[in-house]
Amino acid sequence: MKFLRDTMTVFSREATPALRDPVSLVFAMGQPLLFLLLFGSLLDTSTGTGTWQWFVPGILVMMCLVGPMGAGHSLLVELTGGSMERMMVTPLNRTAMLVGRNLKETITLVVQAVLIVAVAMTLGFRLYPGGVLAGLLMLTVFGVGLSSLSFVLALRSQPSGALFWVVTQTLMFPLTLLSGVLLPLEQGPAWLRAVGAVNPVSYIVDAQRALFAGRFDDTSVLHGGLVAVAVALIGLVVGTRSMRRGVTTGA
Amino acid sequence: MAVTTTGLIRHFRTKKTTVEAVRGVDMDIGDGELVALLGPNGAGKSTLFRMLTTLLPPTAGTATVAGRDIIRDPDGVRARIGYVGQNHSAGDNFRVRDELVTQGRSHGMTRVEATRRADEVLDLLGLRPLAKRTPNTLSGGQRRRVDIAMGLVHRPALLLLDEPSTGLDPHSRAEVWEHILRLREELAMTLVLSTHYLEEADRMAERVVIIDHGLVIADGTADRLRKDLAGDRIALTLESKADMARIAGPFEAHGDTVHIRVPDAAAALPRHLRELDAAGVKVVAAQALRPTLDDVFLALTGRSIQEAA
Repeated sequence: MKFLRDTMTVFSREATPALRDPVSLVFAMGQPLLFLLLFGSLLDTSTGTGTWQWFVPGILVMMCLVGPMGAGHSLLVELTGGSMERMMVTPLNRTAMLVGRNLKETITLVVQAVLIVAVAMTLGFRLYPGGVLAGLLMLTVFGVGLSSLSFVLALRSQPSGALFWVVTQTLMFPLTLLSGVLLPLEQGPAWLRAVGAVNPVSYIVDAQRALFAGRFDDTSVLHGGLVAVAVALIGLVVGTRSMRRGVTTGA
Repeated sequence: MAVTTTGLIRHFRTKKTTVEAVRGVDMDIGDGELVALLGPNGAGKSTLFRMLTTLLPPTAGTATVAGRDIIRDPDGVRARIGYVGQNHSAGDNFRVRDELVTQGRSHGMTRVEATRRADEVLDLLGLRPLAKRTPNTLSGGQRRRVDIAMGLVHRPALLLLDEPSTGLDPHSRAEVWEHILRLREELAMTLVLSTHYLEEADRMAERVVIIDHGLVIADGTADRLRKDLAGDRIALTLESKADMARIAGPFEAHGDTVHIRVPDAAAALPRHLRELDAAGVKVVAAQALRPTLDDVFLALTGRSIQEAA
């Protein structure tokens, strides 16, 4: 009961500034659409049919990578300011601090995903409702794990925050590019495909593509699901522990 | 007792060294007291505060804050204290009033309750006109008032303020002091503040606890500390340095001025002037010097607080 209430307190705090500023909200939500239209159209002319079926799940995975990084960054700002510290000196449940922030990220991701799917449908994307729902569920689980890990990184980067930037900047590009999100890896050299195979994000991407094509029985779905659940579990366990330990900087 | 600490110790271990930030603090603060923890930067004041506010577990020792044990019942402590940290309590992108409501809800109030209470503390600190602003558009003094408001939403009996006026211009500082003193009068709270400003400790607090190198080195009213540890002096500027030889008793020479330690400078000055006049020593200027808290710190540590910082 207290946990749910505390989660809602944190969630509504996080969501309020966006809701108070609808114009920025619309632009933020619409930004991936722009990416979809510009980049997707480019692919459409170069690779021919089936592009949207291939590209839409990719762009959703990419958003699922970018969102949590932003969430970690906003936590980092609050850690270096004093607002996180002030929340730590309230009886607010520590896990709720994590989950409430995650909830905002998740809802943003789902709303953006629905928008993207809707727009893509007008461009020739074929909708498999069951597959898309399952895909979004998997992305949500994966996103919760990534956000939590991003929060852990922000907490560990105290007090300068430098570590956060070093890690995210070095990880983001390889993780994104070497997962075949934007361009297919199949055409790359062997070493690139080998790196792609150990990239956990690749499994999510493959699973998403299978689900968005309505292929539930593809083994990649199982693999992707396992990766998502594993990342979520690790993220939540480590994240809660870090939150409990709290903000421990300064002498 | 609002605060009781027993042998409170906190070490910070880095790769090479161990920093003993707090080295065994025993301190009692009664309900309704206004106490200043005074010490130079790095004395361990903030570490002590962070332990009392449950942000940092002690390496050893125990403390009870607002009747709750900081280790066994941290949530009990958190529910009963207000904390104004060194940094800003309200997030940059959040409206002042929204943050106050969040703070109330974090303490278990309903949204309606928290909203009403937010408006009360806005009025209490004269922040009503700024309710819809975000903190990054406020002045330093205004932000500090917001921070204090954040610490009051849930009506704590004890408010801990970590260097409440550091970084403020003199005008804003005076304003913040005024607000803190008024709060005390109106709300009958226990207030504990840390500071490295002598004037702040002197003006605000009834009781000053001096902290240096992680230990309490003096504790008492500002007057008591001055009287016991530094003492009054009179300063006499002589027409001729040669006359110094004719002064009876011990003194310190500073150029052509002599400082003589006395129990009560105001009473001693006329007597000394009469005696010197009788001895034929010409005094061109005379002054009764009351010691500052810096003199107290100097007497205790051999360093000035400002230099030690």
